[in-house]
Amino acid sequence: MQRSWRRRFHLPAVIGTIPMILVAVGVFVIGIGFSVLWSFTSSKLFPTYDFVGLAQYRRLWADSRWLVSVNNIWFFGLMSISCNMVFGYLLAVFMDQRIRQEDLFRSIFLYPFAMSLIVTGLVWQWVLDPNLGLQAAMRNLGWSSFSFAPLVDANTAIYALVVAGIWQGSGVTMAILLAGLRGVDEEIWKAARVDGIPTWRTHLSIVAPMMKGAFATAFVLQCVGVVRVYDLVIAMTGGGPGIATSMPAVYVIQLITVRQNVGQGMAAATMMLLPVLVVLAFSGLVLWRRNRRQEARV
Amino acid sequence: MDMAQNGTSVSIQDLSLNFGAVSVLKTLNLDVAQGEFVVLLGPSGCGKSTLLNCVAGLLDISEGRIFIKGKNVTWEEPKDRGIGMVFQSYALYPQMTVEKNLSFGLRVAGLPRDEIVKRIARAAEILQIEPLLQRKPSALSGGQRQRVAIGRALVRDVDVFLFDEPLSNLDAKLRSELRVEIKLLHRKLQNTMIYVTHDQIEAMTLADRIAVMKGGVIQQLDAPQTIYNRPVNRFVAGFLGSPAMNFVEGRLEKHGDGWSFVAEDLKIPLGTYQFDGQPEAGPAVFGIRPEHVSLNSGTGWPFSTSANVEVVEPMGSDTLVWLKLAQQKFSVRVTSERTPQNDEAVTLGFDPMRASLFDAETGGRI
Amino acid sequence: MTAAQITAIQPVQDAQDQTGVAPFGPKPRHVSPGRIGIYVFLVIAALFFLIPVYIMIVTSLKGMPEIRLGHLFSLPAEPTFQPWADAWLHACTGRDCNGLSPGFYNSLKITVPSVIISIICASINGYALTFWPYKGANLLFGLLVFGAFVPYQVVIYPLIIGLSSVGLFATLPGIIIVHTIFGMPILTLLFRNFYAALPVELFKAARVDGAGFWRIFFSIMLPMSVPITVVAIILQVTGIWNDFLFGIVFAGRSNWPMTVQLNNIVNTTTGVREYNVNMAATILTAAVPLIIYFVSGRWFVRGIAAGAVKG
Ligand SMILES: Nc1ncnc2c1ncn2[C@@H]1O[C@H](COP(=O)(O)OP(=O)(O)O)[C@@H](O)[C@H]1O
Ligand SMILES: [Mg+2]
Repeated sequence: MQRSWRRRFHLPAVIGTIPMILVAVGVFVIGIGFSVLWSFTSSKLFPTYDFVGLAQYRRLWADSRWLVSVNNIWFFGLMSISCNMVFGYLLAVFMDQRIRQEDLFRSIFLYPFAMSLIVTGLVWQWVLDPNLGLQAAMRNLGWSSFSFAPLVDANTAIYALVVAGIWQGSGVTMAILLAGLRGVDEEIWKAARVDGIPTWRTHLSIVAPMMKGAFATAFVLQCVGVVRVYDLVIAMTGGGPGIATSMPAVYVIQLITVRQNVGQGMAAATMMLLPVLVVLAFSGLVLWRRNRRQEARV
Repeated sequence: MDMAQNGTSVSIQDLSLNFGAVSVLKTLNLDVAQGEFVVLLGPSGCGKSTLLNCVAGLLDISEGRIFIKGKNVTWEEPKDRGIGMVFQSYALYPQMTVEKNLSFGLRVAGLPRDEIVKRIARAAEILQIEPLLQRKPSALSGGQRQRVAIGRALVRDVDVFLFDEPLSNLDAKLRSELRVEIKLLHRKLQNTMIYVTHDQIEAMTLADRIAVMKGGVIQQLDAPQTIYNRPVNRFVAGFLGSPAMNFVEGRLEKHGDGWSFVAEDLKIPLGTYQFDGQPEAGPAVFGIRPEHVSLNSGTGWPFSTSANVEVVEPMGSDTLVWLKLAQQKFSVRVTSERTPQNDEAVTLGFDPMRASLFDAETGGRI
Repeated sequence: MTAAQITAIQPVQDAQDQTGVAPFGPKPRHVSPGRIGIYVFLVIAALFFLIPVYIMIVTSLKGMPEIRLGHLFSLPAEPTFQPWADAWLHACTGRDCNGLSPGFYNSLKITVPSVIISIICASINGYALTFWPYKGANLLFGLLVFGAFVPYQVVIYPLIIGLSSVGLFATLPGIIIVHTIFGMPILTLLFRNFYAALPVELFKAARVDGAGFWRIFFSIMLPMSVPITVVAIILQVTGIWNDFLFGIVFAGRSNWPMTVQLNNIVNTTTGVREYNVNMAATILTAAVPLIIYFVSGRWFVRGIAAGAVKG
């Protein structure tokens, strides 16, 4: 009896992991619990416990700034993830062709990822600045009608964010997918060559499906980045022009700091959490079922 | 060309291959007859897979040329060489069913549907994988996977099969089962097979001829029995046979008319030994396989001597008896019924006809 | 006909029936259009990645008059390091004009303790989870991994309230705690996976020798954790140095890290924009993680692959 108790509840192990217990329970359970709780209250600058039901959610979904933010995050997410994936995959495939100077190319493609998104945002703000960047340079070279100033136009500013996102993130996608490519058994390639399958066909029909794990990793990495996109927007557009590039992450911070409307801010934050919860629950279910099936087979 | 009529299926001529500055294959020549089963045998890293990949066209060679069925294929793509290949890791396409695995190359090549169906049916029947056709490779056992991999070579309807250590990933029991199946397959199909392995039992059992390789050079190319009984050098002698051949270092000397091998107080008259050429006196190595030595079996042998048993190793059907000859380790294989004891004095006898003599310096057969 | 004969005859035959050169030796390589295409694509991609930084560097070395000429790509006619000095010492955020240097020291004060504390916590977590799992430990770990995916915005406000209630909001210890919290999920995962890949015999042998929780950790596990610790350090230093959101919310005005100060310098200037100073400031801010990146090389890639979920 005593032995099994000791094994299940070894005191030093509990003491050593007190920080983990505090973080896991205190922050990720209780903290999130409070956020959700406050979203049902009329909290302004400080939290109150004056419950108003779903009123904050109704106001949230009536707020055009929030609606724009939600639209933006979908647009930005779909565009930047798909572009990143395609561009990163192409880079990875080309990098895998026994090219010269592979290390140099890898360093070049990957270095933006090492920098802060604030830096990325500022860099691209300048490159796209009509008075300083590409437009000015082109006009200076004699092409006086050249017009390229996406950041000052509410319709195009979000594309500029996408470009900056690609600049920052496609190198990582490339690195992850390249590792996946290199992990594919050399003999698969040989077998495909003996079978007379063209290289592009081997990539698409055989190798890409074998890289599911690498694709999933790159995809998850980018999804997390998209949901959290804050620094890039702040540095590059500040959410503007107007509210054209506002995003949920920016919206929440504005509500709890500048606009001092915690109740609605927490409602927005809860809405951000929702898709993450759905995806996590879904993938958890998939994993659990796969485990169970494997156990059943063994 | 008339090579096909001559019955040569694969002809490798003056083939060299370098990876950068490293020379892996050195001016290598090999001719494989139509329908022959040739095994490339050698220690890991000696260039067997490299040679096979050159034949398949998966590696660009540095020098020389390769003919398959009389056609110079040196610059041909693998798919145009008329070969099928089976890999150690099976290299099945994991997300395709067995049937798709077999048909993929044919579909890409644009073969008519009914022809594809026919070929798959035939391959499935020969390899007895009909019930597996709709399964994915992950749902197959190792042996089944390797059968599918062979099937993929089979449906290509080619004359030359290349195997790169196809059984190395299987456990011992499956390995011996599939070995027999490959042998049966060869008898049924009668096509040319080049088979790479580092396992001497596979080589001995499967091959019509074995090419023993070392350091990118074919040391000896001969029928298994010849290689076993008359190895051309000390490396081949030591590489084949388990337990390994005994080597005793000493000198070759001429006494009167006849030659003898002398090491310390040991003197073996070589009256029955067949020399390869004109022997010369000097340092030499005397090699004899443990099963060619007899223990306590009278004095009828051309050579016999006495020694003390040091260690006895029972191995099931046989027993290996270790002793010392001219202060050098020496083993004798005896059947289990007549096992001597430790420290027992025994007499051993053999016929030098079965021995091999090697030059101490070059290692070549004398 | 024997093999030897064929080998002997073959070259002669060839010389007769092939008037030109027979296929012999390596296949002649002509530069294929495909290969050229690959290099063209890679070089254009490389330019896409390099040009913005090229622009920043050359602009930061120009004087403002030269910048107004609009020759974005040209090298500086009269290179000057004055913008760099200004960025470091005199650039203004609102009223104070002390440059970026206070931000740099703040970032140091935040990053060093945060990295040390978070790695210590995470290595103990990973070790305990692998070798001493107590009841509920895996549930805790699951919650922690969940935390790696949660949008920060859901947790920020409760943390503000919590830290305020103990007087740590907008203080240096406060921001260090926040970085430790948000680094914990991914680092714990990293260390747990590392320890789980060690042979369990190592642990069992130490147990048989009578060593306990801390003893095994300090004398066996810790010395073996060097590679994963290097990865963790790279991950954390770059992550915390590059952080903006936590810094601006939790550090407090007097502790604002470099990224926050940079953004303030660049995005809140009134009057004439000093592009050269701004770009010098940006390069200075990016310098620390870039140096780590170029020095650590492949370790950096390994860190990314290992910590792929860190945003
Ligand atoms: N792509 C390569 N680059 C450089 N060296 C290689 C390459 N492939 C094989 N080698 C070297 O060539 C030698 C022969 O390899 P291999 O043919 O695979 O040996 P094995 O006989 O075990 O099949 C080895 O020493 C190996 O290190
Ligand atoms: Mg090999």
